[in-house]
Amino acid sequence: MDGQAEVFTAQETLTACHRRIGVISLIVLFVFCSLGFRLWQLQIVEGDRFRTLSEKNRIRLKRLPSIRGLMLDRTGRVVVGNRPSFDVMLVPEDAQDRLTTLHALAAYVPEAAGFLEGKSPRNPRRSAYEGISVARDISWGTLAAIEAHQLDLPGVTVEASLKRFYAAGNLAAHLVGYIGEVNQAEIAEYKGYRQGDLVGKVGLENAWEEVLRGYNGGQQVEVDATGRKLRVLDEVKTQPGYNLHLTLDLELQEQVEQALGEAEGSVVVLAVETGEVLALASRPTFDPNLFALSIKPNEWRALVKDPLRPLTNRALRGQYPPGSTFKPFMALAALEEGIVTPETQYNCQGGIPFGGRTFHCWKRSGHGWVDLKQALAQSCDVYFYTIGQRLGIQKIAQAARRFGLGQDLGLALAVSPGIIPDVEWKRRHLDEPWYGGETLSVVIGQSYVLTTPLQLAVATAALANGGAVYRPFFVTQVSDVDGEPVQTYSPEITAQSNIPEEYLRIVRDGMREVVHGERGTGKKAFLPDIEVAGKTGTAQVVSRIIGKEEKVPRHHRDHAWFIAFAPAKTPQIAVACLLEHAGQGGGAVAAPVVRQVLEAYFRIVGQRKLENDRIRQTSG
Amino acid sequence: MIGFDRRLVEHFDWILFGLTVGLLGLGLLGLYSATYDGSPQASPQFIRQLIWAAVGFCGMGLAFAIDYRRLERWAYLLYGAALGLLILVPLIGSFGGGARRWIYVGMFSLQPAEFMKIGLLLVLARWYHRVVPPGGYGIRDILVPATFFSAPAIFVLWQPNLGTTITLGLLFLTLTFTAGLRLRSLSVLALAGGSLLPFIWTYLKPYQQQRVLSFLYPDVDPLGAGYHMIQSQVTVGSGMVWGKGFLLGTQNRLDFLPEKHTDFVFAVFAEEWGFVGAFGLLVLYCALLVRLLVIALRARERFGLLLSVGVAGIIFWQIVINTGMNVGALPVVGVPLPLLSYGGSSLLTTLVAIGLALNVSTRRLFF
Repeated sequence: MDGQAEVFTAQETLTACHRRIGVISLIVLFVFCSLGFRLWQLQIVEGDRFRTLSEKNRIRLKRLPSIRGLMLDRTGRVVVGNRPSFDVMLVPEDAQDRLTTLHALAAYVPEAAGFLEGKSPRNPRRSAYEGISVARDISWGTLAAIEAHQLDLPGVTVEASLKRFYAAGNLAAHLVGYIGEVNQAEIAEYKGYRQGDLVGKVGLENAWEEVLRGYNGGQQVEVDATGRKLRVLDEVKTQPGYNLHLTLDLELQEQVEQALGEAEGSVVVLAVETGEVLALASRPTFDPNLFALSIKPNEWRALVKDPLRPLTNRALRGQYPPGSTFKPFMALAALEEGIVTPETQYNCQGGIPFGGRTFHCWKRSGHGWVDLKQALAQSCDVYFYTIGQRLGIQKIAQAARRFGLGQDLGLALAVSPGIIPDVEWKRRHLDEPWYGGETLSVVIGQSYVLTTPLQLAVATAALANGGAVYRPFFVTQVSDVDGEPVQTYSPEITAQSNIPEEYLRIVRDGMREVVHGERGTGKKAFLPDIEVAGKTGTAQVVSRIIGKEEKVPRHHRDHAWFIAFAPAKTPQIAVACLLEHAGQGGGAVAAPVVRQVLEAYFRIVGQRKLENDRIRQTSG
Repeated sequence: MIGFDRRLVEHFDWILFGLTVGLLGLGLLGLYSATYDGSPQASPQFIRQLIWAAVGFCGMGLAFAIDYRRLERWAYLLYGAALGLLILVPLIGSFGGGARRWIYVGMFSLQPAEFMKIGLLLVLARWYHRVVPPGGYGIRDILVPATFFSAPAIFVLWQPNLGTTITLGLLFLTLTFTAGLRLRSLSVLALAGGSLLPFIWTYLKPYQQQRVLSFLYPDVDPLGAGYHMIQSQVTVGSGMVWGKGFLLGTQNRLDFLPEKHTDFVFAVFAEEWGFVGAFGLLVLYCALLVRLLVIALRARERFGLLLSVGVAGIIFWQIVINTGMNVGALPVVGVPLPLLSYGGSSLLTTLVAIGLALNVSTRRLFF
């Protein structure tokens, strides 16, 4: 600091620095103005938007799925219920590092490893913060492990839900139906469904969907950044679905399915005086629980591709020629038309000629002289060919239709209509005239005639009750979650024929003879203490079987039928049993099944009566 | 010399000190909220920050008490000490958040990279004070100061600590520019820096590259790397004009912001105090910087001037990078907001730096 020059130089360099500081000041001011402008932009111009975003951030809408209604059998046993199930969900927005979370999760849930390999199902419609299901229905052990390590698993939540539970397993599976995830078409058809919702797909689950489903609720939940629920801000309660009280008797159903065994076929049991469906079985069957947690593709493929079509409800959708089970209805028509009296006899010599060919009786050696009662008991075809010729196809069709055969019974369930042909039907569908020979086939339930097991059961019940065709019904009552009735249903008669009681008695007598007569074709349905009226049927699938029965391909073998009502004098229930391609006569294979069903029914009824009496005694 | 000088009180820069205390007060307010967990008791971080503030004011007092011209002579010593501490980090330092940055001393952790800012500031100011080539500095003239910068920068970058490396680099540039870097040399440097960018890019860690990418395209992966970016803007923006109120910021309280008490404390403040509060905070910072530059303009020699500009530079660049990141204008780089962010070493460094400026300001009238 000793010399003017140096000081001057120092001052000079300071001045140069001051200019640079001026530049720096400008930069500082510019930057702060920019920052201020940016703040103004964020907080004032876009403030509303960001405020909304921050609200959305912390408030999430959580759907509370409603609880699907139960199905109870006529004694109050649970047929279809719900059981708790725990699903592991991943909310990707909450897992700050998805891979780390999935790695950690894979230790407890093997399914998480699949997501690691990029197999995560991407759902473009997933709304923000909606969980992706990683694993469904985990065990209690897994649940405990996840809950204990919750802090290491950001974004992972366990959601408790109720899963559909088919308590009866595969009992009445076809009638009950199953649920599945709603598809695009169903979303468009029904109201208020979203992807991932469950909806009744078939059976009663489908037919009563609107009643069973209830209403979803929702919660506004405040959450933190890791998705942890802090508190519920607002809630709309769910409304549980209504319960269905079925006409089904689970105990009887169990016996029916047991009686059917492994045979393909169907059994329908109706209450004669109401049309209540007490049991309805179809074989082969399936376990609807497979569908309750979305069914695995290979299981689905196996069910769909099975040539025996286990998913088809044969009771409602299977159409088969009724064969000789058609005869009681024909006999009634012949009596009413005055074509025969109980005393009228025809001589069966194993066949009759018609139109240049011979129409054979099933018994080639012939029945000899038979009256109506014996014609029914022994199922003489020649007797019915004779009355069929005199009735004509129009009368035949009318006689069958008034019992509901070939008729749409007006059910909410998907059914097949069956066919009762006549001249008009043939002209319309085949564009051909009616040939007299066809009448002979129709009168013994062959040719174009097709009925479903349910239709035959309804017709049998009508025969038993004096001509009232009841609409088969499945649900007696709809009740709310507290068991309060919401709606009750009563029996409904769709058609009432005024058939003179004496004719009915004659036919019923003939049907009793089928089981109790010495030469009856249905003796295997015999019960020692209760009179049974029945009728066998063996429906041909192809007109002539060549060679030995065992060598005939399955789909060419005959169907076996047995229809029955009991007790014969004061009927309570009507049963129709079909064994598909059984290859043997109805009397041989279907009658024993019906016998077991009837036996079970009267045993169950008897037991319940005893129990009720005991209860009445002890309380009295 | 050591004895008490009455002039230190007479000429004390109350404006700078007041602004510092005010900003620190707001910082503690923001930190209290950012670490608030619902209980009336202050969080451990808040208590620790209070202790660090006390330590910081002692450091400030020390930086103020010792005549800065004496500090000039000690510059190499202090620089060397800071560098030594920095070299210790890879040897005895602890890991945290994927980097080795801290040295533990008792219950406190030190971040030597922070102290390096002071060391570099002193040594650069001294060098540019002593070596003044006529007509300004050319590229060759700044090789020595460039080495002063590079030596610690390599260690800091290695930790890795990109934010502090950038701050050190900007401090170097600011001082070199103020000292009188020729404009031609400046453009050469700018060109060189520009051509180095691709190289720097490949050097960056994947997470750093990701941050830059998500800054450029935040919506590509809004829930992955872009998450911080978007949540921080939502936090700031949702404060609107008047803010949500003290301790009432939902984004803050519900942990939607990561690192909210360090890197994103500005967003927490902006959410709870709104535009009014955040803008006010910026005004205070601006006033602090203007005051520092005024001190530089009034300094009687190059060392004092460069020291003050350097202090302003350290604070300014950290504010720019931090708030820029908070309002979504710059990529996410972990740089603390001076006087606001939680972090003892940062607070101590800032207060010591301001102590140096107080030193220059108060002693400009001493002869």
